[in-house]
Amino acid sequence: MLIWIALIGLVLFSLTAYSAGRRKVLRASGGSTRVLHSLPGYYGAYVALWAAAPAAILLILVSMLGAQIEEAALRADPPAVVTQLPDSTQDVFYNDVVATVTGGQVSQTVYDGAIGEAFGAKLVQARDIHRNLVAATLAAALALALAGAAFAWPKISASFAARPRVERWIAALFLVCSIVAVLTTVGIVASLVWESWRFFQAVPIFEFLFGLTWDPQIAIRADQVASSGAFGAVPLFMGTFLIMMIAMTVAAPVGLFAAIYLSEYAGRTTRAVVKPLLEVLAGIPTVVYGFFAALTVGPLFRGFFNGIGAQLLGGPFDGVGLYLMQVQNQMALVAGAVMGIMLIPFVSSLSDDIINAVPQSLRDGSLAMGATRSETITRVIMPAALPGVMGALLLAISRAVGETMIVTMAAGLQARATFNPLDTVTTVTVQIVTLLTGDQEFDSPKTLSAFGLGLTLFVITLVLNIVALQIVQRYREQYD
Amino acid sequence: MTRQRDDAHAQGVSTTISRASQAGPKVSATDISVFYGDKQALFDVSLDMPDRAVTALIGPSGCGKSTFLRCINRMNDTIPGARVEGRIILDEEDINDRGVDPVLLRARVGMVFQKPNPFPKSIFENVAYGPRIHGFASTKSELADIVESSLKRAGLWAEVADRLQAPGTSLSGGQQQRLVIARAIAVSPEVILMDEPCSALDPIATAKIEELIDDLRSQYCIVIVTHSMAQAARVSQRTAFFHMGTVVEAGATDEIFTNPRDTRTQDYITGRFG
Repeated sequence: MLIWIALIGLVLFSLTAYSAGRRKVLRASGGSTRVLHSLPGYYGAYVALWAAAPAAILLILVSMLGAQIEEAALRADPPAVVTQLPDSTQDVFYNDVVATVTGGQVSQTVYDGAIGEAFGAKLVQARDIHRNLVAATLAAALALALAGAAFAWPKISASFAARPRVERWIAALFLVCSIVAVLTTVGIVASLVWESWRFFQAVPIFEFLFGLTWDPQIAIRADQVASSGAFGAVPLFMGTFLIMMIAMTVAAPVGLFAAIYLSEYAGRTTRAVVKPLLEVLAGIPTVVYGFFAALTVGPLFRGFFNGIGAQLLGGPFDGVGLYLMQVQNQMALVAGAVMGIMLIPFVSSLSDDIINAVPQSLRDGSLAMGATRSETITRVIMPAALPGVMGALLLAISRAVGETMIVTMAAGLQARATFNPLDTVTTVTVQIVTLLTGDQEFDSPKTLSAFGLGLTLFVITLVLNIVALQIVQRYREQYD
Repeated sequence: MTRQRDDAHAQGVSTTISRASQAGPKVSATDISVFYGDKQALFDVSLDMPDRAVTALIGPSGCGKSTFLRCINRMNDTIPGARVEGRIILDEEDINDRGVDPVLLRARVGMVFQKPNPFPKSIFENVAYGPRIHGFASTKSELADIVESSLKRAGLWAEVADRLQAPGTSLSGGQQQRLVIARAIAVSPEVILMDEPCSALDPIATAKIEELIDDLRSQYCIVIVTHSMAQAARVSQRTAFFHMGTVVEAGATDEIFTNPRDTRTQDYITGRFG
């Protein structure tokens, strides 16, 4: 808390430094900006940055890592009663001590008896540590702020090149932000790889990639390690592939033709209405598509197939009729079809951009040869736009592969190695969700398998995206 | 009798232009006005373009030359909001008539654009494009014949005979422009419109195209828009000077360039404006 107040004080200090630096250089130049190397504001900014930045970095670091530092100091001399506890309980103990002092989230554990005494003692110690840490931090921040200002202040003179130095500070700021973004990504991938590696120690990677049975429930019994074959991911990938194919069968033609209509046939007013409408579809949360699939499309399809089944009963196709009578609400076809609808605006908006990027001169050239519009589209524009459209479709595929909500709600949960669109199937993403929701321990192969699935999915979509972007890129270069 | 003579007389006065071509104009435009939305780009333009001759349209930027050119194959139809009024007679038929299909018209009136625009196909397929969509060839060898003769007439055959399957875009700018001309010739048009066909080309490629235009003159009615006065003087027999959406002066090229009647024409061709 104090640290945040200190940060506000620091801001005020740097504002003062800004105006002081500005005034100093103007005084030095006699009020004329012409003789200055840089605009007066740059001198102010230079002083302000040196005054504020180092101290601010210190304060932010402490506010982020303070709890860890305090906990580490607390653990330096553990009470005997606490060391006897299991590791995870110790973690809770120390976490609660620190949280009580700093006002963080406390667990509901009741500490009494010997442990209660230890808790009280540690609490006193933690208060001390916390007070010292805050005091030391504030003192250090104050010293840094003054030192920074003192370093920058004497340099201010009319001939001092403040502008490029401020420029460097700004470049550094942008660099730090991009490093944060990159590091986060690297961190996510690293944890994915690390946890997957732990999983592949329990389940051989070969078995995971080529096994035909997916039944992670077996491993939930504490006395049993994953039995062979239970973690074969093939049915999941088949389910993912099946649903993706159904979705693309819907999305590719409809999206593409809609894009052709929009870019080649629609007038300006039609386009102004239809394009935003299509893009509204893209803004609907997938969970809404999910219950649309589960509550509307599912029963509709089921009724349809059951109806056909009833007609076939007793005839030469009696077996087929019997099968169709048993079709349920949840099937790959429903999830795929609704996912296809979800992808239509994605495909059409990307394809529309790509088709519009085909130079007008090609259209004119073809029309001037006496070709009709549709001949121009099929013979000139589509061949020219094809690589880009392929890229757009690949991007749509990678979205279909990663989509979760619709499939969870509309395709069922049974892992089946089937290409029958009327069967219930499950996908990689759905399995990850079911594996990790609820209270889970993160050291059994069951939960770890989610990371294996995640990693495989990540690699697949990454490759798809790279290929797709490469294709789109190459296509763009051709016409720019 | 009298009336006939009057007509003849009137014709002689109104078009000193058409004296050069004894056969009468191939394309005759009367009172053409073009509107882009509310903006009027052409004001009652009348112009005759003779067969087997090159008519050059010159004038400063934005004067309506290209707009007029695009009326002749009704390419203005493809621009939303564009409206054309007036009559354009091609071989005694008004091309703006309701019964005229612009798609079929464009097979008779070919067009070459400012920037070479080969399709993203092979050289062969580029030239075969028109014959294919219009069904001019019933066998493969017939199609190959049309492609070969078109490329020969466009003076490109010798350069591409051994790589007909290479993409059209792999050619140089000048070659691409000749490829596009071959593509236009392949559907045996009667009129060829050229919209600044050399403005994107270097002098050597330009010289080749001009030579080609001169060759093609013996078979087609050619209308060319150009910014280069020298080019107009070199390749055309007739010249029309456009200014602010009207035709200021039209006549035999020699006459326009040596003895212009209007001061605006004189100012333009002597380089005082535009």
